[in-house]
Parts: sequence; structure tokens; C-alpha cells
Amino acid sequence: MMTEGMQIRVLVAKPGLDGHDRGAKVIARALRDAGMEVIYTGLRQTPEQIVEAALQEDVDVIGLSCLSGAHNHLFAQVIELLKKHHAEDILVVGGGVIPEEDIPLLKAQGVKEIFTPGTGTLAVVEYIKKHALPR
Amino acid sequence: MLCLDNLRERFLQGNMRALAQSISLVEDNPELGAKLFSLLGQPQGNPRIIGVTGPPGAGKSTLTAKLALALLARGERVALLLIDPSSPFSGGAILGDRIRMHELSGLSDVYIRSLSTRGSLGGLSAATARVLRLLQHGNFSTIILETVGTGQAETDVVMAVDAVVVVAVPGLGDDIQAMKAGIMEIADVFVVNKADRDGADRTKLQIEAMLGMQEGRRVHPIQVLPTIATTGYGVAELTQALDDHFAYVEQSGELARRREKRWHKEFSAYVANILLGDFFSWANRQDIGIMANAEWGEIEVYGLAKKATAQYFTERMKRHVEED
Repeated sequence: MMTEGMQIRVLVAKPGLDGHDRGAKVIARALRDAGMEVIYTGLRQTPEQIVEAALQEDVDVIGLSCLSGAHNHLFAQVIELLKKHHAEDILVVGGGVIPEEDIPLLKAQGVKEIFTPGTGTLAVVEYIKKHALPR
Repeated sequence: MLCLDNLRERFLQGNMRALAQSISLVEDNPELGAKLFSLLGQPQGNPRIIGVTGPPGAGKSTLTAKLALALLARGERVALLLIDPSSPFSGGAILGDRIRMHELSGLSDVYIRSLSTRGSLGGLSAATARVLRLLQHGNFSTIILETVGTGQAETDVVMAVDAVVVVAVPGLGDDIQAMKAGIMEIADVFVVNKADRDGADRTKLQIEAMLGMQEGRRVHPIQVLPTIATTGYGVAELTQALDDHFAYVEQSGELARRREKRWHKEFSAYVANILLGDFFSWANRQDIGIMANAEWGEIEVYGLAKKATAQYFTERMKRHVEED
């Protein structure tokens, strides 16, 4: 299939020290099958590495996956670094084992949506298609 | 929407995000990309462009990262362009070469960008030539282009770069495989990666035997280097072999000839695109019958194409005369 014009580019990233990336891979695969270009950077990335990759790859969306419980700290750092680089236009969404009570705080910090366990991949695809800004 | 003047200014100041956004622009939109190119003018630098190609899983990305580290260590500024395949069904792609390049993160003199082939079949994407040209404005001393994992025939890289490194691995076939046309012909330097595995010596010998048969075609000998990309073994020799290659092609005039060929190829691709676009915008305005061959009384497709093209040129000439 030849593709023309803009395609949505998404960075799927695993910040912090947990070693489980099955969820991130399932999401990456679903986004690929929805026609997006997915940059997957692997396990154990620092917020600095994630933001560096996002800027170099000129992504429209960053998807953060975290199962370690350190999401409040790590997601906030990613948002801070994006602001520092004047890149707060990049849509940031998160997923993983994230307690309900943390979600309002994460959203207040600038994570636009949180997908918790049990969310269908289609919901993630639809959300990104709807909210990724056209370049 | 980006403002081109602003983008150009930030790009020329060395802003990394501006470089990244400019790449997206020339990749997504050739028309706007052309405007950006005319604002940028002639590139200031004259980077060496190295292509790395070979089968999937041969260790191209790991080796590319190690090569980049060696170049950075001697003070170079390096850009990496990494191509991965797009899906023939959805058009999407998983771009996963960066995962082998964590050693390069946080370093200021390197820029890494992943591209999807977006449906192209030659091992690169249609936009790769444009992106390479843009990177020549980016103050890099070396650009490394890593192709998709290749089979036998994906040889587009040879027209895109100054030097081709073909990464082979042990265990993929016998001496007849090494003799086949295609990818085995395009190397300026051969690497046998995973050289700690069984059969690496034999693979090296088979490639050398194959190269021996084409003696006389090239004055400069093609080296076959064992490497272990994960440990960095052989990377110093690879760096040296590439330096030797560049010294030779610069001195012999071959580099200039290659770059001229590349320029012609890019130029004719643009001409072909412009002509095709104009033809189809004309054809779409005609009675659809001509495309469905009703008026032409032709069923054979080559004959139909010739007639349609002749008709197109006749009317195009007429339009020109009227416009004058």
C-alpha cells in the first residue's frame, strides 16, 4: 500500500524500571494496524531519553506505559521536559496499572488521557485519531 | 501549520526540533518541501553518506550505532536515518531500529530519525533522497543510512549514498548465494557480522572468492571484515576501511561521478512525477471512455497507453500555442 501525505507518528515508550512491555507492544501493534507509524524505544527509558526521541522523531503523540507504580513521578517529568523544549503541543497519553485516584492529578499535570487495564485497543486508536493535532 | 521562514531560521540556527519538523515536511509534502529547499539554498556542508544494508536480523542497527560512536569519538557530527518497512495492508509501521541505539542517547552531536518505507519496495522510501538532501543542510560530517532488512534485490541504497556497507552473517547460504546478482554486487565494504558464530570464516571466504571473480572491474580492493557488533569487535577496522574507500573515490573522481548520477536520478524522478501528474489531471478531465478504451478501439494496454500519451502531447502542445 502506497501512502501519501501525513501519517500520525506515535512514540510508544516505557519509562522507569519495570520490565514488562507486552502491553506496550500490543498497543504498538494496534496502532500500526490502524495505519500509524509507531516508534518503539524499548524498556527502561529515562524521561530525558523519551523526550529526546520524541523530538528527533517529530512525533504527534507520546504513549507512556508504566506498570511499576512510579507513573506520577515519571509522567510528570516527561511533561516538564516537553515544556522545557517548547513541545507541549505533543499529545501525551498514558497507560498501565494506574489507580483511579491518581488519574485527576495526572490529567492536571498535562497527560491528556489514561487508559487502564481492560481498555480495548480500538478505544486507544480512536482517541489518538481524534486528538492528534494535524501538522 | 508551520511558517516556512520561521522554520528555516530555526533550522539554520541548529535547532534540533526544527530539523525534525523539516524532515516531516519534505517527507509528507514534496511541494512545501521544495519551497523549504529553495529558502535554504545550497548546503553549507559536504557530509559523507554511508549506507548500511543486509538481511533482517544481521545486526545492521547495532553495527550502525557502534560505527556512529566511533565517528563521534573522533569529533564528528553524525546523522542516522533508519528505514523500516510499512505494512502492505494498513500502511502503518513499527519503527524499531532505535531500540538498538541506546548508547547514543543523550549525546549532543548525533541526530537519529526513523522513516517508514511508505510502500516503496527497493529498501528505502520514496522520500529518502529528499531527506538525505535536507540533512546535508544540517551541519553533519557523516550521514549513515540504514536500509530495511534486505533480501537479494533491494539495491536502491547504491544510488542514494557514497559508500555501501553490506552486512552478511554466517549460515545464510553457500557460495552460489554469494555469486548471485543484486545485493552482493553493491558493496564497497563487506562485513561478516556475528563473527563469533560457527561458519563465519567460511562466509568470509565465500564472499572473498566471489569478489576474486570480478577482479579487474575495480581497482580498489573490497575488504571483507569480521565484526561482532554487540561488543564492538571489528568496528575500528570498518571505520578505517570506510576512510580508505573515501580516500580512493575522492582521488579517483568516482565520488563525483556517483554524486552526479544520483543528481540525475533524482532529477528524472521529479520530471517523471510532474509529467505523470499532469497527464492524469488531463486524463481525468477527458471522457472516462478513453481510459476504458471504448473510443480507442484498443484493448491491448501498451497500445492504449501509447495512444493516450500521443493524444495528451498533441493537446498539450495546442494548449501551449493558445496560451502564447
